[in-house]
Amino acid sequence: MLATAWRVLRQLGHDPRTVVMLMVAPCVLLTLFRYVFDASPQVFDRVGLPMLGIFPLIVMFLVTSVAMVRERTSGTLERLLTTPMGKLDLLAGYALAFGAVALVQASVASAVALGPLGLDVAGGVGTVLVLAVINALLGMALGLFLSAFATTEFQAVQFMPAFLLPQVLLCGLLTPRDQMVGWLHGISDVMPLSYAVDALNGAGSSATVSGEMVRNGLIVAGCALLALAAGAATLRRRSG
Amino acid sequence: MTADLAAQAALTVRGLRVRRGGRPVLHGLDFTVPRGSVTGLLGPSGSGKTTVMRCVVGVQANVSGTVRVLGIPAGTPALRRRIGYVTQAPSVYGDLTVGDNVRYFAALRGSGAAAVGTVLGDVGLTDRSGSLVRNLSGGQQARVSLACALLGPPEVLVLDEPTVGLDPVLRRDLWALFGELAGRGTTLLVSSHVMDEAGHCERLLLLRSGRLVADDTPGVLRQRTGTEDLAEAFLRLVERTDPSPVVTGTDHRWEA
Repeated sequence: MLATAWRVLRQLGHDPRTVVMLMVAPCVLLTLFRYVFDASPQVFDRVGLPMLGIFPLIVMFLVTSVAMVRERTSGTLERLLTTPMGKLDLLAGYALAFGAVALVQASVASAVALGPLGLDVAGGVGTVLVLAVINALLGMALGLFLSAFATTEFQAVQFMPAFLLPQVLLCGLLTPRDQMVGWLHGISDVMPLSYAVDALNGAGSSATVSGEMVRNGLIVAGCALLALAAGAATLRRRSG
Repeated sequence: MTADLAAQAALTVRGLRVRRGGRPVLHGLDFTVPRGSVTGLLGPSGSGKTTVMRCVVGVQANVSGTVRVLGIPAGTPALRRRIGYVTQAPSVYGDLTVGDNVRYFAALRGSGAAAVGTVLGDVGLTDRSGSLVRNLSGGQQARVSLACALLGPPEVLVLDEPTVGLDPVLRRDLWALFGELAGRGTTLLVSSHVMDEAGHCERLLLLRSGRLVADDTPGVLRQRTGTEDLAEAFLRLVERTDPSPVVTGTDHRWEA
């Protein structure tokens, strides 16, 4: 598991442009949001915090699905499955590596948002980072699972707008969920990102960790585990 | 190892049939491969060589018949430690260095740092350890892939076209390495579509359209077909066996 995490990080390390994009892009986008709504700062106060959770979700989804499609098409996945390594070792290795990257990414983005951009978070940065990492793991697990249905990197990248953008639209970032029409609210109730954003909003408004925030965080973590289990089922040792 | 174990075949294949996409690609193969030998799996492109190898490694689906490796059904988890497999396309990470690739697979197999140096030396890439794999030539990438399979060291090595695209000197060196490994007790199953490599093998399995047309030593093959040239021998065999169905069963001899 550690060997795989180290290998994944070394691969990233040989791709400095991706590393820089991972760290800089969220900060640039947050800054844009802050000044686009310069006249009405309450908008940034409302969307800034959910965005800290949405970035790691989207980024880790993309990185993982492309990485897994590469593992499948290059034959390295088949080779790994002929070694004594267990499937769980592979998945845990990826989770560990991308979880660590997400932690750094969320730390940088939070530092920029809470510092120069003046985002107000009552619950403190620690809670935000924990939720960001849980979101990253959800993105990783969804990317891993959906990559099984992509035969090319092009397809894998298209899964992002197809599966993640609806969640972003309905998670309460643009309109609070309780103001949505009934059927949309119903759909948003079964999307994991809604719970992640609810938990982040909780961290924004309350200085203490409430039971509801813990419940929401656990729902997201549970969805990540579910997607990971589904992803593990797609790693077949035998294929046609 | 007891004499009994040594005498036991490394591979025993009986009635092996495989369907891919609803189409049969292997039509009932029977052969055995003795331990500590280099066996060549030869045949034209599309004859089913890779499918046979995938069955031995235990990654092929829709298999019927029996494939036993070291006396155990192919695909059994315990075998993963004992088999090394090199696919035709180099299955290593292009965005890692040669050394990182080998160290990663060494960690998965539980081999130490000394083994990393040994296998890099075996494939002649010691001085390229710090190079990114994607910057290497195709032949060098193939050797990185081979190095990763030599870790363990495995008791059975399954190599799919390991010498394609290599210059003659490297090909000779690799065949010498294969012979040396066999001398140390490793069983090698090596595929090739180049007949002039057949002479390096102790035994030859000739495959055509998913059927075995020969299973013999190069010497016997030359003698039976009356030619010194193994490529010519293969042609003569094919002419004798076509278009009537090729003999299946435990005996693949033909009428001389």
